Amino acid sequence: MISIVDRRKSKFNRYKDLRENPTELLEPAIKPVKEYDAFDRIEDIADEGTFEQFEFDFPETNPLDFDGYVEKKESLRGENGCHDAIITGTCEIDGWPAVIAVMNKKFMMASMGMELGETLCKALEYANENHLPFIVFTASGGARMQEGILSLMQMAKTSAVVKRFKDDGGLYITVLTHPTTGGVSASFATLGDITLAEPKALIGFAGPRVIEQTIGQKLPEGFQRAEFLQEHGFVDKIVRREDMKEQLAKLLRLHGNVYSRR
Amino acid sequence: MSAIEKVLIARDKDRPKITDYIDNLFTDFFEQKGDFLGKEDGSIYGGIALFHGRPVTVLGHRKGKTVEENMACNFGMPGPEGYRKALRIMKQAEKFNRPIITFVDTPGAYPGLEAEMYGQAQAIAANLAEMSALKVPVITIVTGEGSSGGALGIAVANKVYMLENAIYSVLSPEGFASILWHDSARRDEAAEVMKLTAKDLYGFGVIDGIISEDDLMAAVDVQIKSALKELDKLSGQELADARYDKFRYFDEALLATENQKEMEVV
Repeated sequence: MISIVDRRKSKFNRYKDLRENPTELLEPAIKPVKEYDAFDRIEDIADEGTFEQFEFDFPETNPLDFDGYVEKKESLRGENGCHDAIITGTCEIDGWPAVIAVMNKKFMMASMGMELGETLCKALEYANENHLPFIVFTASGGARMQEGILSLMQMAKTSAVVKRFKDDGGLYITVLTHPTTGGVSASFATLGDITLAEPKALIGFAGPRVIEQTIGQKLPEGFQRAEFLQEHGFVDKIVRREDMKEQLAKLLRLHGNVYSRR
Repeated sequence: MSAIEKVLIARDKDRPKITDYIDNLFTDFFEQKGDFLGKEDGSIYGGIALFHGRPVTVLGHRKGKTVEENMACNFGMPGPEGYRKALRIMKQAEKFNRPIITFVDTPGAYPGLEAEMYGQAQAIAANLAEMSALKVPVITIVTGEGSSGGALGIAVANKVYMLENAIYSVLSPEGFASILWHDSARRDEAAEVMKLTAKDLYGFGVIDGIISEDDLMAAVDVQIKSALKELDKLSGQELADARYDKFRYFDEALLATENQKEMEVV
């Protein structure tokens, strides 16, 4: 039997190891954004040729009349091939049908404004109506500041819709990727029936710099990383990118009594 | 009055606190402490009380009045245990069919090491999800600062009101200026841009009414009474559905395309 003292010691050592091997912290989830985007993700997860993207019609929104916001969105749309920071649609994963949502952090750090919140809700409602499981890959800097209080309210909106989906019997899987913070972490990202995370992903409500300023001390190495969250009981399983499809297919198979394979 | 003046009034340390509202508007208050998962958080204050003789659950952020109280309440910045305590007593209110009245006044959820370790994000998310489906009337009054997810975590209500000098925003003006302009000194400008006054929020359809501060306690009393009267007409399921629809569709008009708007008219 392991004593409390031993356990504390082993915990300390683990953080020490991380400190001594800082390169571990950089692999693999924290590669530059450019190297792995939302479409790469979909390509890796969906069976070839099965992804069908949802297309919703949205007006241009700028509720605070924030200077330069519309222009910024317009320029990002051209580069990224999506209308806002989330891509949703249906696909098959190893033959299992599902609705997937992937946040695109190249688009304003995938911050959540009205369009993103509404897209997620509509995709969840589609999954509910069509009796499909829902998988969301989260990555976000938090609420979209440029939309003020209307972005904050997306937290309540998405959480309510997730709850209804789950209460109606839907399987809701979240995959927390680097970074998942702020208003997204404190709403639909942390409501999963099953919660997966990528190794070393930063996951937390407040940003590390804000915390350091508040408490006036340096944060320990590994703080707010996926492994830290798992140790504190908030992540079912840490899954490497190359194993993700296999693990998701397995989870869908394990819910085979609820969903059937196509 | 400029937006930053409202911000400063909303933050004024002499503004009435949750303890004043409970003392003036309720009787027989019985405080409930603890999240029953291992922690107590003084920044959330709540329990059972009578409102005009009727049992209700009342809770809210507590900033404290003296320096000692401020410290004990962590200046009204809850950790996850505060949100879990709030949820615990709200679920209990649902069990015993008591209306829930929440008072919002917080600079935000506490950005601390332990708060993150014990799941600040998860605790707030759980409150948002669970509050959306409560089968009793929920009424929220933003009395001072309603900042960020830390405010929203106890504010998913059938009726949300703001005092005329309260503010409600995605983040503090200082934080907003720091994120968007990398200069927290531009907070006055940020306050203006953010549209965080009661009037602004009423205009967006995010709140249901503005409470005058001329005869403050009496006005709050009247507002709670009339909201309860309206909500009492609904069944438990209807209350949950109405709250769901309120938060699901509050921005529907803002998200309607020109085509959709024309369809509506036809």
